[in-house]
Amino acid sequence: MTAELTRGQNHPLPADISGGGRLEVRVSTGKPVIAGATLGDEHGRVRGVEWVAHPGSPQLPGLEVSRQAAAENHLAVDLGAMPENVHWVNILLALPQVDGAPSRFGAIASPFVAITGLDGSEIATYTITDLNSESAVLAVELYRRQGAWKVRAVGQGYAGGLSDMLRDQGLPEAMELASSINEAVARGLARSVAAPPPRTEEGERVRRAATVGGNAAGSSAAPHPDPASTPATPAPATSTPATPAPASPQPGPATPAPAAAAGGTGPLNYQHPNRAPAPVAPVAGQDGSEPVAGNASGWTMEERLYNQVWGMFEDLARTTAAYRSAVDFAESRMEQELDKVLADPATRVGPAADAARGAARAKHGALVDQARAALDRDIAQLTAESNVVEPALPPAFAQWESAVWNGFKPSMETPMAVRLGDLHLPEQPQLRIPMLVRLPLERGLWIDAGRSPNTPMTVDSEQAKRLAMDTAVSLAVRMLAAYPAGEFNVNVIDPAGSGAAALAPLVRSGALKEPPAAGAEGVSAMISKLIQRVDLVQMAMRGGASDALPPHLDLSEQLLIVNDFPFGFDDRAVTQLRYLADEGPSVGVQLMMVADRDDARAYGPVLDPLWRALLRLTPTPDDHLADPWVGHAWTFCPLLPPTGSQVLQQVGERVASAREQFNR
Amino acid sequence: MTVNLAKGQQISLQKSDGGALSVVRMGLGWKAAPRRGLFGSRTREIDLDASAVLFADNQPVDVVFFRHLVSDDGSVRHTGDNLVGGAGAGGDDESIIVDLQRVPVHINQIVFTVNSFTGQTFQEVQDAFCRLIDETNGQELARYTLTGGGQYTAQVMAKVFRGANGQWQMSAIGAPASGRTFQDLMPAIAAHL
Repeated sequence: MTAELTRGQNHPLPADISGGGRLEVRVSTGKPVIAGATLGDEHGRVRGVEWVAHPGSPQLPGLEVSRQAAAENHLAVDLGAMPENVHWVNILLALPQVDGAPSRFGAIASPFVAITGLDGSEIATYTITDLNSESAVLAVELYRRQGAWKVRAVGQGYAGGLSDMLRDQGLPEAMELASSINEAVARGLARSVAAPPPRTEEGERVRRAATVGGNAAGSSAAPHPDPASTPATPAPATSTPATPAPASPQPGPATPAPAAAAGGTGPLNYQHPNRAPAPVAPVAGQDGSEPVAGNASGWTMEERLYNQVWGMFEDLARTTAAYRSAVDFAESRMEQELDKVLADPATRVGPAADAARGAARAKHGALVDQARAALDRDIAQLTAESNVVEPALPPAFAQWESAVWNGFKPSMETPMAVRLGDLHLPEQPQLRIPMLVRLPLERGLWIDAGRSPNTPMTVDSEQAKRLAMDTAVSLAVRMLAAYPAGEFNVNVIDPAGSGAAALAPLVRSGALKEPPAAGAEGVSAMISKLIQRVDLVQMAMRGGASDALPPHLDLSEQLLIVNDFPFGFDDRAVTQLRYLADEGPSVGVQLMMVADRDDARAYGPVLDPLWRALLRLTPTPDDHLADPWVGHAWTFCPLLPPTGSQVLQQVGERVASAREQFNR
Repeated sequence: MTVNLAKGQQISLQKSDGGALSVVRMGLGWKAAPRRGLFGSRTREIDLDASAVLFADNQPVDVVFFRHLVSDDGSVRHTGDNLVGGAGAGGDDESIIVDLQRVPVHINQIVFTVNSFTGQTFQEVQDAFCRLIDETNGQELARYTLTGGGQYTAQVMAKVFRGANGQWQMSAIGAPASGRTFQDLMPAIAAHL
């Protein structure tokens, strides 16, 4: 039986824990926060910095905290391992002082704290309400009374932040410690994956009304700096939850919010935080079936959207499989029945035969209609979902027409995936599924510059080459935009300069660090540079000595665009390219070949493994990709900006200026 | 309220309130018969496999088993292979989830079978049962207990099929057969379509 604590309330711990057992403290906040703990002596005083566990020093005897600011923190406490002179364990939260992070607890969902046993069963929970300008909170305390440990909900906020809180606990070096904690967190955040979502009931798909429709329930949050890194604001559950809704008590209008005194020492709030009247579910439509973006499981909005898109991909593959299977069956059944009519000479002609034929055709028609109706229903649902998902996609996943490119700012976080193009099936060509693949790419890309049987007649081989290069450039710009400034670098080999026109957005915007390599010398210098990088990083990884790498080595992800292969390549360069294709992906060097396989025919089968190792994309629609579930042939369409659009140039410029700003 | 089915018995898959079921789960559980001692006993573990074959009229269209866990159309899902059985006392060791509303229109029968992949006969299996559960609320609709384990290695357990009125119905079959995987059972299944 979980106790829901209110401010100031204390609660005994179960007998097996209170005598010195182990427990977990789980903190859900919706946004990344620092969770730490201080130990206090019999007077509640923190005796020194060695009595504080924080991300920079996450372990103390009997205590371990997260190494990272996170939206979901777990702190492990072993009361039995606490030194004798420790009488208090204070669990504290603080907002990280980094750009884009909220600066006060009033701007984020109310923190939810749960004291749990090792098996995850909740002993007591506490939702810290009425926070406003505070940037640090003493959340709960565990304390010893007559040999037994108890827990108390405190919820004491500090507008002056971490240093005020630590000073209040008697720590002389409060200021220094606070700034060192912030430094450790800022270091960690720069590399981290974004906040995990608040806890949801197991097995249930996360229902969220974030980003789309503007009806996000917790929209009191600070303006989202960047959709890709913004964890969803939890929306009220659509049904009455069996367990108390965790991360945020719904800040519905019905919850009176008495202005919290700065410092948080207002009168006790007797209102039960978890018993706020159930808010009106924002989901309209019967049985809440209205599609919602981010309506899949995942730790971040980006991951949820990624999973949602893959879920739509699978759904479309499967519903089409059902349709095709039904149509095949209807046809084979009709043929059998027609054969049966023909097989008997007595009934072959005459009105009976005609009636039998008619009946067979009618049965076929009825079944096909039924199957088509089921397919259309599913397609309508997926189309509606696609309509809400598309506008919610972050830059790495978005179409060039998306509004996300207006006022685009380079991401602060490494993207998990990138959209290579769109996929569709002949049953419904209008329903395009974004083709999202994980980053870093497992294999290189080959943009086929040759004409295939599916290439439209209007596209001649010169245009095909140009389109292929355009496709390559738009993908390169997208990947540059998706990575944090300076963490992704594009190199271009264009031996004869034939790709100059297509490369213009990359070159003119300054998004390239070095101009495209041309001529035999340029080609070999560029390839050698990348090979050296692959080689060094591989050696370092195998030897476990990544710190021994030379300081001038550029460790950011590299993409090498190769135009016009194999013209301008000698045999040595061809071999080196194969080495890059094989060894590069595992150490962050990705290859993008823009080539017509026919041009390399002279090499014979020697290059076949190279082509096979690359993922083939086409600059015009072509049905050569199979899904992993059923194996339909999907038509791939590249994502090119609309004619006349300057979006590539603009995004390239922003990437370049952000890189300068970060001095990389 | 669960119905204990006898061989050949049929029930309609309607809820008590008259509504149609949406998602059902066919659960299979078993335990190896107890033996004396562990040492030197090399045949203790029994790997039973549950499979579901989807038929359009009498023509097999798709099959869900441990090597193909989801039917192409996505309506029938196997939750995974259990190699030893006896996971929970009375719980399901393998289950197959059927989303009745998503079953393609031409599929009118789904037959559930059990095979002993490791070759032991059902004599060595204890407490084997199959049951049908309303997945939306966890309520057990019907249970069929394998009795009189004999010298056979497979069993055609039950089928769900579209009845005359288009409503799904379930029928307990419980016919013994022999075979390692569902392919060997096709003749035995055909007799019950």
